[in-house]
Amino acid sequence: MSPPLLGVEGQSQCNVSLMASSASADRVAQNGLGLKERNYLGLSDSSSVDSSVVPEEKKSNLNLKATELRLGLPGSQSPERESDFTLLSPGKLDEKQLFPLIPSKDGICLLSQKTVVSGNKRGFSDTVDGFSESKSTMFNEGNWMFNPAGSDSGQTKLAGNAGMNVMLSNRSSGTQTSVKTEVPAKTSNECGNKMNGSNANSAPASKAQVVGWPPIRSFRKNSLATTSKNNDEVDGKPGPGALFVKVSMDGAPYLRKVDLRTYSTYQELSSALEKMFSCFTLGQCGPQGAPSREMLSESKLRDLLHGSEYVLTYEDKDGDWMLVGDVPWEMFIDSCKRLKIMKGSDAIGLAPRAVEKSKNRN
Amino acid sequence: MNYFPEEVLEHVFDFLTSHRDRNAVSLVCKSWYSVERFSREKVFIGNCYAVNPERLIARFPRVRSLTLKGKPHFADFNLVPHDWGGYVYPWIEAMAKSGINLEELRLKRMVVSDESLELLAKSFPNFKSLVLVSCEGFTTDGLAAIASNCRFLRELDLQENEVDDRKGQWLSCFPDTCTSLVSLNFACLKGEVNVAALERLVARCRNLRSLRLNHAVPLDALQKILVQAPQLNDLGTGSFLHDPDSEAYCKLKNAIKKCKSIRSLSGFLDVNTRCLPAVYPICTNLTSLNLSYAPGIYSSELIKLICHCKKLERLWILDTIGDKGLGVVASTCKELQELRVFPSDLYDGVGNAAVTEEGLVAISAGCPKLNSLLYFCQQMTNAALITVAKNCPNFIRFRLCTLDPTIPDAVTNQPLDEGFGAIVQSCKGLKRLSVSGLLTDQVFLYIGMYAEQLEMLSIAFAGDSDKGMLYVLNGCKKLKKLEIRDSPFGNVALLADVGKYETMRSLWMSSCEVTYGACKTLAEKMPRLNVEIINEGEQIEASPDDRHRVEKMYLYRTLVGPRRDAPEFVWTL
Repeated sequence: MSPPLLGVEGQSQCNVSLMASSASADRVAQNGLGLKERNYLGLSDSSSVDSSVVPEEKKSNLNLKATELRLGLPGSQSPERESDFTLLSPGKLDEKQLFPLIPSKDGICLLSQKTVVSGNKRGFSDTVDGFSESKSTMFNEGNWMFNPAGSDSGQTKLAGNAGMNVMLSNRSSGTQTSVKTEVPAKTSNECGNKMNGSNANSAPASKAQVVGWPPIRSFRKNSLATTSKNNDEVDGKPGPGALFVKVSMDGAPYLRKVDLRTYSTYQELSSALEKMFSCFTLGQCGPQGAPSREMLSESKLRDLLHGSEYVLTYEDKDGDWMLVGDVPWEMFIDSCKRLKIMKGSDAIGLAPRAVEKSKNRN
Repeated sequence: MNYFPEEVLEHVFDFLTSHRDRNAVSLVCKSWYSVERFSREKVFIGNCYAVNPERLIARFPRVRSLTLKGKPHFADFNLVPHDWGGYVYPWIEAMAKSGINLEELRLKRMVVSDESLELLAKSFPNFKSLVLVSCEGFTTDGLAAIASNCRFLRELDLQENEVDDRKGQWLSCFPDTCTSLVSLNFACLKGEVNVAALERLVARCRNLRSLRLNHAVPLDALQKILVQAPQLNDLGTGSFLHDPDSEAYCKLKNAIKKCKSIRSLSGFLDVNTRCLPAVYPICTNLTSLNLSYAPGIYSSELIKLICHCKKLERLWILDTIGDKGLGVVASTCKELQELRVFPSDLYDGVGNAAVTEEGLVAISAGCPKLNSLLYFCQQMTNAALITVAKNCPNFIRFRLCTLDPTIPDAVTNQPLDEGFGAIVQSCKGLKRLSVSGLLTDQVFLYIGMYAEQLEMLSIAFAGDSDKGMLYVLNGCKKLKKLEIRDSPFGNVALLADVGKYETMRSLWMSSCEVTYGACKTLAEKMPRLNVEIINEGEQIEASPDDRHRVEKMYLYRTLVGPRRDAPEFVWTL
């Protein structure tokens, strides 16, 4: 059984993997997951959160936990966090960061502390108890950031409520109720460094958990929310907005997604994919294919990906698998539906060029 | 001084445009006060509740232009309840009754009803200019009234207002005889406009210099408009979406090339980035660029665009530009004076698109003329701020906002005290400062010591004790506005120097440690202050315990006592 996919958007993987692999949450940029078994479900697992960076609040433990690899649909949360969220923590609880938001269907947030991860996929460690399906939580995530009651009931100096139990306020003066839709506006491969930065403060910062923070005019907030909605496109359809396509790689346990609009050349795409999939090729660079723990250098990676080992292909609108690189970039993103990093051997028959390429390198 | 005839004095005073200069001049002697007040045409009132319309009219009967500000600044961030106040109607009513020849009205954070706009439009035959910033309470019906009745309207400038769309045809209400428009900005309107009427309006207003469209104006309409108005200085595009292979787009490119006077560009609310190259030709002469409402333009496209903008002096942008993009700005825009970097990603926690201290340092190194900054960032370091302070000693406005309000130095984990301390020490002309990140009382010691010109200070989640606030109150002699939220400042600090508040315009404290008792004491001691307690959502007790913490307090100096339009939940002590 293959390990679960993390999140629909994939962007969170970077962040989470960083956190999970460095318990002390220091700012080393790592994209690799290593080959340790990860508790993707994050259940009952305080072991990976042993050392907490922030000394002042013991609740910061949660923050690291909050950034563990999590399973399930965007916005869902795991059960054991509930009890901790009643407390005012330094606003670092940030499951929000892991999962993009989805607009609230009816403006009412039903997310309660009791909400549980809806686990669609099983973790390979098989600790899957206590999940309940709560698809509806997906749609209400958008509102959970805001803290209507908290502003009056005394926010601490550091932050308001954890936000997990936040309901939308109906007061006219109330907090921002507009919700940004699921905006796939970030590239997963850039997320790592930024995440690291804020980790110095324990866990990645959660932005909008406090009323009126960051201090931006409501008008601007609302406009950005609406504009993003307009710009977003259904996956795969070209348009002014983001263009996320799935990227699979033979032998990798899970797929990734990239936003093709963030690149303007094949070279950029190629480098980004190299970085993203380095963790998988890591296991195959030893002579016998044994897992190698060395830091994979860029050039080695490039060789791997450009060499006979792997070929980058894509499925176009007609459903054909094509070699990446033949057509102008614009045309490519217009027609690309998904990407696949194939083993060179599998790519025979795709196009004569691919075969020749493999032959030459060999 | 007495032997100067008044006409001469008046003539001399004509050269004084700044209201501060005029205020100073009025204090010299009675005759100067008298001459000045009859000759003042532009009046600025920073807090609409500090005076009332009657006093305005009594002192300045010849006023032609009025600027009013209503709600406190933190109202922008949802900290002030909706019906707190700030109504413009009484002002318009009073001026209409007194026969004031009003020509210009500029409002910020005020509640403007359709009735006020109708009254305004009908009462002042020479009315020329309406500028509304961050206001609310009106609909497109009110705009229709302005359009229909103001025969000499030159300027209708709506910035970031919440306007209800009534699906009327307000643009069509400009009569065919209206040819006087110089500036039209309706970018903040959400609804449709009559595009044909707009095109005709632009065609007949030959003096039009500034035009900012909303997202409902499509690209082909933009093209037709530009053909009619190649003399524009300031353009805000509406929607910038089209097929770049189409004829309409081609025509647009040609139309834009002919607009050689455009110096300021904004908009791109909806955008197809493949259409962006159409604006490259005007980029070379741009001095002001606002892409902060264009989340659809990604970093690589932003960079390509900015590479053409070598004369840029003002740049408003989203943090999608990234540190790398800011590096490009630093190497391209050597004339840059004002930079604002807004967060694009408000709802997800991950700062993928965010900028860090790197971008800021790059900017400071590349843009020595930088004097105004608003920077929302994922993280910051003391070292970076110290470098910035060294590179740019000319800051007048410095607003730094870390997305996590209490984040420490990203490298050392220390508070950001030293960094901000360096800024205030180096920037001797600093007038406005917003601090954020992990901060102790130390930063306020620095601010009190060094920020001698500081007029406005915004504090959130900072400080350890009353000492912090005391340092500021004691040290910043020119302080006019102080706003504090979620910081542990209490009664000792509040009551230490009550006289100070009469030298300031206002003080806002929310989620701090001040109590009812202290606020009452302050109100008793200082009758010329309005000390307002804002209770929302709480049970309004008849007489709350003195030891009870006050959630929101807003105090301001005033000549006219407690206001009579305060809602139930606002108590003036």
